Order: sequence, then structure tokens, then C-alpha cells
Amino acid sequence: MINGISINYYLLLSAVLFIIGAVGVMARRNSIIIFMCIELMLNAVNLLLVAFSTLHNDASGQVFVFFIMAVAAAEVAVGLAILSMIYRNVKTIDTDILSNLKN
Amino acid sequence: MLLGYTITQWLFGILSFLSIMFGLMVVFSRNPVNSVLYLVLTFFCIAGHYLLLNAQFLAVVHIVVYAGAIMVLFLFVIMLMDLNHDNEPQKTWISKIIAGIAGGMLLCVLVGSLKGSEQLGISQYGSSQIGMVKNLGKVLFSEFLFPFEIASILLLAALVGSIMIGKKEIK
Repeated sequence: MINGISINYYLLLSAVLFIIGAVGVMARRNSIIIFMCIELMLNAVNLLLVAFSTLHNDASGQVFVFFIMAVAAAEVAVGLAILSMIYRNVKTIDTDILSNLKN
Repeated sequence: MLLGYTITQWLFGILSFLSIMFGLMVVFSRNPVNSVLYLVLTFFCIAGHYLLLNAQFLAVVHIVVYAGAIMVLFLFVIMLMDLNHDNEPQKTWISKIIAGIAGGMLLCVLVGSLKGSEQLGISQYGSSQIGMVKNLGKVLFSEFLFPFEIASILLLAALVGSIMIGKKEIK
């Protein structure tokens, strides 16, 4: 229990958010929306890390969340640069058209 | 106490509902700009969850980094690529249904495996001060000092890499 909320609810909420992100990655064709769904999945895991860190009174979990945020920022910067370069060359970011590397 | 639940439990329920709703809207909205805005709302709800979990500093950092920096980058790229349309090509219905079934099965597996975790080894209960800047700073700059420095190198590498990739041509 954290402030009267069982940890199981946090587990359930994180699982649902993670699944929403996973379904978004599978069901959409726009690369940018796939990126956003990956961010959603990362955030679900972050929420669970913070919940367990508060549950066990251990600050390590929150420090891990900092590092995940730094890695997510780096990933987004490089990924969006790659996407904008692909768009400049191929004029699309549709994953069904970009299905082979040699375009 | 409202209807047998405390204020914190009400807040948790409302924030959970809103974050799941906005998360679904991210996936299902047609326009990419709407998706970005719904994702920003989802991030605000998650920041509210951090506040409920006594992680105040993390909540502020979350809003600044995600809603302030990353989402603005997304919006900028969407505007740059001129994707602000409602009629982008969609996947076929069969693959959407397959994606939904796969997600539902994954959810079943996760929930089923979490059902056995009710007797978790709980050491102490909430109302802690570990989410404050002072405690987090102490841990970050003593125990995790080396990973912190590595993270700075990672960010530098990402900066250089994205500039090199994003340039028109390398002279």
C-alpha cells in the first residue's frame, strides 16, 4: 500500500499503458506515431519504477528513472534526425513503404 | 472520505482513467498533431501520479523534459514534414485486428503473471522524503556518479550524431 493504494493497481495501470503503446506500434503506419507509442511504453515502465521506489523507500529507482529519461531524450533526438533525413530522400515516413532498407 | 475511498484513492482513480483514455486517443486519433497533444496530456497525468507517489522532483523533471522538450521536438518535426492531415494511409483492418488480439493476449499474460505477486516483500510504507531534491541529489552524486557522467557522454554523442545525420550533405 502506498498512501492507501495497493501496488497491484500500479502494476495493472503500467501493464495497460504498456499494452496501449505496444498495440500502437503494431497498428499504425506513421513512423512518428510509432515513436510516440515507444515513449508511452517507456513511461509505463518509469511509473512502475517510481511506484516500487516509493514502496521500498529506496531512491535508486528514481535515479534509474532519471537515466531512462536521459536515454529517451537521446533516442528521440537521433531518431527524429534519421526520420527527417529519410523524409528528405524518400518523401514519406510510411513504414509499409519503407519496409526494405535499400530504397 | 467519499463513498468509502480517501481523496488519494479518488485522485489515483481519476488520473489512471485519464491517462488510459489519453493513451488510447494517442493511438486512435487520425491526425498526428492530435496524437502529440494527447500524448502531452498523458504525460501530465503521469506527472500527477509521480506527485501522488511523493516524487515531486521527478514530476517537475518529467514535465520539463517530456512535455517541454521532447514533445516540442515531435511537433516541430511533424510541422516540418507537413503531416498535419487527417487522411494518412491506414493499415488494413485485418492487421489492426491482429494487433489488437496480440495486445490483448499480452495483457492477459501480464495480468495473469501479476496475480501471483500479491505477497510482495514490503519493507516500509509511504510518506517518505526520498523524492525530495536533497535526498535524490545525495544518491545521484555519490552512488550513481559514474553512470551520471556516462549519461553526459551519451547526450553529447546523441547531439553530435543528430547534427551529423540531419545535415544536408557532408562536405
